[in-house]
Amino acid sequence: MPVTRGFGGGPRRGRPDRLPPGQYDTGRDWPVLTAEAQPVIAPEDWSITVDGLVERPATWSWREAHALPGSTYFGDIHCVTTWSMLDTTFSGVSVDTLLDHVGPRPDAAYVMAHCSTGYTTNLPLADLTGGKAWLVWEYDGRPLAAEHGGPVRLLVPHLYFWKSAKWVSRLELMARDRPGFWEQNGYHDRGDPWLEQRYQGDP
Amino acid sequence: MSPAPAGGWTTGRVVTLDRIGDRLVRLRLDVADRVDHLPGQHYVLRLRAPDGYTAQRSYSVASEPADPLLELMVECLPGGEVSGHLHDVAEAGDVFELRGPIGGWFTWAGEVEAVCVVGGSGVVPVISMLRHARTHGLLDRLRVVAVGRTLAELPYADELLAAGAFVALTRENLGDRVAAPPYVEEVVPLVARAERAYVCGSVGFASFATRLLGEAGVRADVIRVEQFGASG
Repeated sequence: MPVTRGFGGGPRRGRPDRLPPGQYDTGRDWPVLTAEAQPVIAPEDWSITVDGLVERPATWSWREAHALPGSTYFGDIHCVTTWSMLDTTFSGVSVDTLLDHVGPRPDAAYVMAHCSTGYTTNLPLADLTGGKAWLVWEYDGRPLAAEHGGPVRLLVPHLYFWKSAKWVSRLELMARDRPGFWEQNGYHDRGDPWLEQRYQGDP
Repeated sequence: MSPAPAGGWTTGRVVTLDRIGDRLVRLRLDVADRVDHLPGQHYVLRLRAPDGYTAQRSYSVASEPADPLLELMVECLPGGEVSGHLHDVAEAGDVFELRGPIGGWFTWAGEVEAVCVVGGSGVVPVISMLRHARTHGLLDRLRVVAVGRTLAELPYADELLAAGAFVALTRENLGDRVAAPPYVEEVVPLVARAERAYVCGSVGFASFATRLLGEAGVRADVIRVEQFGASG
């Protein structure tokens, strides 16, 4: 590919060891990107259901979810639109905790995250287990704002951030993968930022 | 729904480049092996330094599919790594890496009656829709509300007015309309037959526009939103 005339890369922002290829450090400026009108969800109206290929489908209310053992993520997030935000802090509950309660069946291999807006995104189950994924309701110690998916969003920080579905309401365990919202619209089924899996057809 | 067209990495040569005011630059590119886009789709433009360092950003397409060239209108953001290069350094004859078209959600090719509420450089994808509609005799299926601070700052202001868009300026009067954001009563007649609504603009604008559409009677589940934050 051609070198761009007159482009030297200038003052490179960010940390090359922390930024996946093609990403830049947005600092503390957290852009908001949404495909649908932002819903207004009161915490007492929110709940999370985990069902599909599980032994014991379950639903937790806001209060019940908060009664589960808490878990915090401290680290970086990466959006496919090329911004990354370093050293974020999100708190909520580990997805492992929910899965331990429902007991995934042996044939469960993928998950569809559903949101109250109708948004969906698909993930391999393995990307939601082993301390890699959370349901979060706090960002930097404050309630997660509605524009960032509050009251509760999914957080899967090792994948591009569209996988971290805002306003999440249901995790459906499935045997076969099927494309979610952006994945039907040209985006990658897995979305690993270090492999630059941005769009369908990327490695 | 059939999948939207998608293209891989290719290159585009700048045929014309116009700096408009001190914040906008319009590029018209000849794209190698171009895959025709749907109005509303975007491209990624990538800059490459001699040592291999790259910077890339997404930009909505302003041209219609029938246009032999690909037109982008880029707003220069403070400290913008890519937009700054396009505004300050780029010139006709330059070759850029391009990837697209991308995105299958914020698209309209005349399939339903639609209303668009767009602000600032959020007008760009709607310019593609309007040009496509004009070419195919579909202008009566597309209503556009375009919001800018002043006529000079609103990209494609003349083209929007000529196409019959309702233009609301917030910082100066336009004809006998006093400077103000669009009022619900101004939008209600435009949404009457719309089966789908498109909102594009900054985060603040998008939340204003979705609220406005809601107050005008548009159901939230037919609204498609494209927002951009500060991504230079």
